[in-house]
Amino acid sequence: MSSPRMSSAAQAARGNETRLAWMLVSPALSIVAAIALLPILWTFWESLHFHDLRMPWLGRPFVGAANYIEIFQSQRFWSALAHTGFFLATTLVLELSAGLLLALSIDRVTRGRGLVRTAVLLPWAIPTVVVALVWRFMFESPGGLAPTLFDRAGLTPITWFADPVAAWAPLILADAWKTTPFVAILLLAGLQNIDSSLYQAAEVDGAGPWRQFREITLPLLRPALLVAALFRSLDAFRVFDLVYVMTGGGPGTATEPLALYTFATLLQNLDFGAGSALSIIVFAVAFLVALLGIRLFGRSAFLERSP
Amino acid sequence: MAAISLTNVSKVYANGQVAVRDLTLDITDGELMVLVGPSGSGKSTVVRLIAGLEAASAGRIIIGGRDVTAVAPQHRDLAMVFQNYALYPHKSVRDNLAFGLRVRREPAARIDARVREVAQTLGIEELLDRKPAQLSGGQRQRVALGRAIVREPQAFLLDEPLSNLDPLLRVATRAELALLHRRLGTTMVYVTHDQEEAMTLGSRIAVMRDGAIEQVAAPLTAFERPATSFVARFVGAPAMNLWPAGWSRNGERLALTTSFFTLEVDSAGRRTPEGANVLLGIRPHDIVPGDVGTGDADAQIEVVEPLGASTTIHASLEDGAAELVRIVVPPHESLRAGDRVGLKIRRDRLHLFDAGSGRAL
Amino acid sequence: MTRWSWRWAVVTALIVGAVLFPLYWAIVSSFTPESRLFTAPKLIPAQLILDHYRALFTTRDFWTPIRNSLIVAGATTALAISLGAVCAYALARLQFPGKSLTLAFVLAVAMFPQVSIVSPLYLILRKVGLLDTYPGLVLPYLTFAMPLTIWMLVGYFRQLPFELEEAAALDGAGRLRTLWEVVLPLSAPGIATASILTFLYSWNEFLFALSFALGPESYTVPVAIALFRGQYQVPWGEILAGAVVATGPVALIVLVAQRRIVAGLTAGAVKG
Repeated sequence: MSSPRMSSAAQAARGNETRLAWMLVSPALSIVAAIALLPILWTFWESLHFHDLRMPWLGRPFVGAANYIEIFQSQRFWSALAHTGFFLATTLVLELSAGLLLALSIDRVTRGRGLVRTAVLLPWAIPTVVVALVWRFMFESPGGLAPTLFDRAGLTPITWFADPVAAWAPLILADAWKTTPFVAILLLAGLQNIDSSLYQAAEVDGAGPWRQFREITLPLLRPALLVAALFRSLDAFRVFDLVYVMTGGGPGTATEPLALYTFATLLQNLDFGAGSALSIIVFAVAFLVALLGIRLFGRSAFLERSP
Repeated sequence: MAAISLTNVSKVYANGQVAVRDLTLDITDGELMVLVGPSGSGKSTVVRLIAGLEAASAGRIIIGGRDVTAVAPQHRDLAMVFQNYALYPHKSVRDNLAFGLRVRREPAARIDARVREVAQTLGIEELLDRKPAQLSGGQRQRVALGRAIVREPQAFLLDEPLSNLDPLLRVATRAELALLHRRLGTTMVYVTHDQEEAMTLGSRIAVMRDGAIEQVAAPLTAFERPATSFVARFVGAPAMNLWPAGWSRNGERLALTTSFFTLEVDSAGRRTPEGANVLLGIRPHDIVPGDVGTGDADAQIEVVEPLGASTTIHASLEDGAAELVRIVVPPHESLRAGDRVGLKIRRDRLHLFDAGSGRAL
Repeated sequence: MTRWSWRWAVVTALIVGAVLFPLYWAIVSSFTPESRLFTAPKLIPAQLILDHYRALFTTRDFWTPIRNSLIVAGATTALAISLGAVCAYALARLQFPGKSLTLAFVLAVAMFPQVSIVSPLYLILRKVGLLDTYPGLVLPYLTFAMPLTIWMLVGYFRQLPFELEEAAALDGAGRLRTLWEVVLPLSAPGIATASILTFLYSWNEFLFALSFALGPESYTVPVAIALFRGQYQVPWGEILAGAVVATGPVALIVLVAQRRIVAGLTAGAVKG
């Protein structure tokens, strides 16, 4: 950062600037360190101990990796991991494609864009709790909207939330409903950055709309798609609010993702040792995903901003 | 009012790029020094070093007898007019002008008086309550000037202040700047890439190239006695014609031979070893076209550019020659493209430069 | 591309319809008597009643969660913006060792899964007696509010013309004065956007609000709605009324500021 050939005058000036910079940065930095860094370090330390608040007489002995081993041997953990992976994969595919479609259509509509944007932003802005409740309401059996429509269409009735497989449908649909707009907005910005003269040149060259999409739109949209994919993956991996309110992880633990399993272990079972280990596992995977994303874009995408 | 001197100043960026190399320049109190050169020559960097916006990698900067090399720009008591004016967009013209004085905690009454005084000098009183966005380019430029003047600094720094104005306005404002300098008498350091601006404004000009100064002199001196071939080419328009040449002997007399012609010259005052390679230079104004065969070289006219007050002719000395000779003639010469002419070169206006270093001989 | 306009317009209309339908359904249902909620739902209801809303604000005291949410979201926004703007300026314009590390750290914190720090935060808050208080929620909220504001404002400050700050320096203004008199006034749009987004995220937050509140008096709006309990069955009518009320301010903000919101979301996500 500092030039190797700076005069002493320049160095003195640089010193002043450093002092001022740290003065400005420390309030925010110290708060963030206190409420984020310390807790995560504490969680890591705690995960190496046995600490079950339901059995306080057993104390808090150091047990090393025992919590982790127990977790990796637990069926519920692997189910939760599978649930999370499944949720991530389906929502990602659904939201990227629907988002792309939405972005493409908004891009082409010239009138009433503001209204469309407003309408489309609402799901994203609404509290996830509300989203969960509204969609639960629509799929509630008997008498909810979905069962009624199924009934009218003559299809076999499904008790959505009592069925371990069917319960995923409203979850995924609700998440897609809430998040597709966000993805669409990101992709729309990417679309609008593509120079329209490229399409015109392609049209003169004889390329039809599908070819233009494949050879111009998709490649140039790649960075935006990757950013959207990264953000969505991180959020999908950490999903909590939606599932807690809509299914509670049920029926049983059929729809329980990792974050919910961790929460249950911590604040319902009061098993802080195991819960902390779970927290660290969740944290580690999220961190890896984020690191992968940064590697993909280079640090510039996150640390620098365009022009 | 202060003299500015830079001694062995260098600026090297972290990536190794050298913007200014070992530069020494003395600007006397009250003069208008123009730094002129092509883009990338380092002239803007020099001005930013004087201002303190960049820290020097080496060397010393002294303003008004005080070593300011380590002093922050806030405390150097200089004013700068930026190329893009850098007016505070959210403040009115009045507040823009007053800002510097307010920072110095001048009493409100004095600030008000001074702002009004400067606004009157520059003819912008009606604009005082407007915001920069509501002003034209020329008006913004005046406000930028006003902001600099209002503080009565030791020196003014102007970084290509006229570049963003259209040509007519540029020439008019140029004259106003010259008048302003004469009235205020404050030291001014002026940066431009336009050699015409340099020639008309500067008490002295410093021609820069690649981070170093090629020549510091009064404008006419740089024109008549350029120190290097670069200065010779840069100063004066159309540019000087330059050819590689060698010395030879034509019996008793010395001669310079280029690929196109040979000139016999008076050996007195030419202090060069025989056989040495030189660059021969002659300005377009010092070549006179005549009938074919009557001059030092024959040429074919390729392009005729009538400019009104004079006409520039581009001619080729040889079929398919890469570079054309530039000749300036009075406006009504009836020469046309395709004509063949004989060129007479004025011996007393020859310039000679060392072929290797470019230095004048 | 014009010959596709009307077809795409239809697609857009369909999508917008699909997007708005659940909201419409929820709103309509919130005005429907409880008995008719699960029997023969109709697209256009025959009857509209205000009972659920009345109950919301009388028996259920919905004002308390609303007040709590406003205070927490407001305080979080104010704190995040004031501390974050100053920090962002240093990161955007000043040179100092450890700068990129600091920025990377701040961004990394935004990626922390909330569930991973909820237990230590619970214990810390309990120890310092801040559990079940406003600061006890605002401070944890800063884990996502600060990185958000810092990230957005660093980007915003960077695209301001640097010459303005140089001009201020030559005018004699120090860094802090330049920040206060030149940079901040010009950053009003960026600060507005960051504030809106921070407020929205704080208003919608659930996990921390659920974990750090010990009783209905301290619930925020999302928690209150999620924990509505009925005597014999789930009180869907009131839940939906609560949902509509919870969505009201959010919808208003989106309506007024949709352009800003989009600008804020996309500014850093897509390189221009």
